[in-house]
Amino acid sequence: MDNWTFGITMVVVGMLGTFVSLLVLGLVISALKKLFPYKNEEEG
Amino acid sequence: MLEAIGSGFYGLTSGFTHLHWSNLVMMAVGCLLLYLGVKKGFEPLLLVPIGFGCILVNVPLAGLMEKEGFLRILYDAGILTELFPLLIFVGIGSMCDFGPLMENPKIFLLGAPGNFGIFLVLALALALDFTKLEAVSIGTIGACDGPPAVYVASRLAPHLLGPITVAAYSYMCLVPLFQPTIMKLLTSKKERMIDMGVVRKTVSKTTKILFPLVVTVIGGIIAPAGLPLLGTIMLGNFMKECGVVSRLTKASENEIANIVTLLLGISVGATMDGKVFLTAQTLMLFGLGFLAICLDTACGVLFAKLMRVLTGGKVNPLIGAAGISAFPMSARVVQKEGQKYNKKNYLLMHAMGANAGGQVGSVIAVAVMLSVLKGMGVI
Repeated sequence: MDNWTFGITMVVVGMLGTFVSLLVLGLVISALKKLFPYKNEEEG
Repeated sequence: MLEAIGSGFYGLTSGFTHLHWSNLVMMAVGCLLLYLGVKKGFEPLLLVPIGFGCILVNVPLAGLMEKEGFLRILYDAGILTELFPLLIFVGIGSMCDFGPLMENPKIFLLGAPGNFGIFLVLALALALDFTKLEAVSIGTIGACDGPPAVYVASRLAPHLLGPITVAAYSYMCLVPLFQPTIMKLLTSKKERMIDMGVVRKTVSKTTKILFPLVVTVIGGIIAPAGLPLLGTIMLGNFMKECGVVSRLTKASENEIANIVTLLLGISVGATMDGKVFLTAQTLMLFGLGFLAICLDTACGVLFAKLMRVLTGGKVNPLIGAAGISAFPMSARVVQKEGQKYNKKNYLLMHAMGANAGGQVGSVIAVAVMLSVLKGMGVI
């Protein structure tokens, strides 16, 4: 594989992959917060 | 008899006769690292053992990096096996608080552009005739985190491990010096004054305990080649949050982290042999590493500006600069810059959330990079 193809692939797939991964994780965390809401008594 | 005496004297003087100019330069570099660590306070926990290791390895004929030299034994045991950076990451995980990140999950997204410098500099390094594996290793300086850079470099470009590690740790300390300039260039005064309000504590203990598990499993399935890095930092965090293994948590963040940091530093210093280190390539590497972190900051701020537009002006673009992994330095820089323009603005907790997102983002970015490389058959 030539450097040009490799570089473009790494930039596009890498940046997109990182963004999508963090988006998915952010959505899962939001879901967890709804499933396990914060309760004052629990934290006391 | 005379011959024996002559040989004896030769044994005492051969060190001087084998001294190369590159050894002397590298000893000076080692001394500079010691100066930065001791006098200037630049990451002394790493720069002191690295600087000393650099001096040790450049003394001729000592054989410390030869087959049975003690630095070679440490290097083979901890660097070639990739064990040292992973053990340090357990300690880092047990010191991290991802609470501010979980309070506002959309801030998580800032961890992505805050690590785009990795990929952009990778492409630039390729254009500058570095090999694919060297370019990948140089790009990881943009992760702005030592262990991922050491992990990748030791695996893919061990001859660049020394300069990459020195660059990664040194530039983290320079964050307060260059980030404010980039933040000011890319934002207007009005944007810098945006008040984001106070973050309220809304995360349950259950969520905090599940967070490292979720990140490990989902992140690991998406990017399995990076699971060693992801898994170790999240193991440390899980131990901290579950609260039932405080002895292990304390050992991870103290004894283990300290011992491994010492051994890692001295082993990395041992790779800084003059003949390998003193090349034009190394200078370019330092320049590219600095550029990677600048690009991380710029991409983070620009993305935060986009978030400001999409949220109707609720996000202060300055927090985008905290999307890098220099935790918690970058968050403090954002807080300080925010207060310059609006004394009532308390951006610290928002910036800490972005910074924590950057920490996770850097590990995810490196994991994604390794998995893409594996998918392409490069590793």
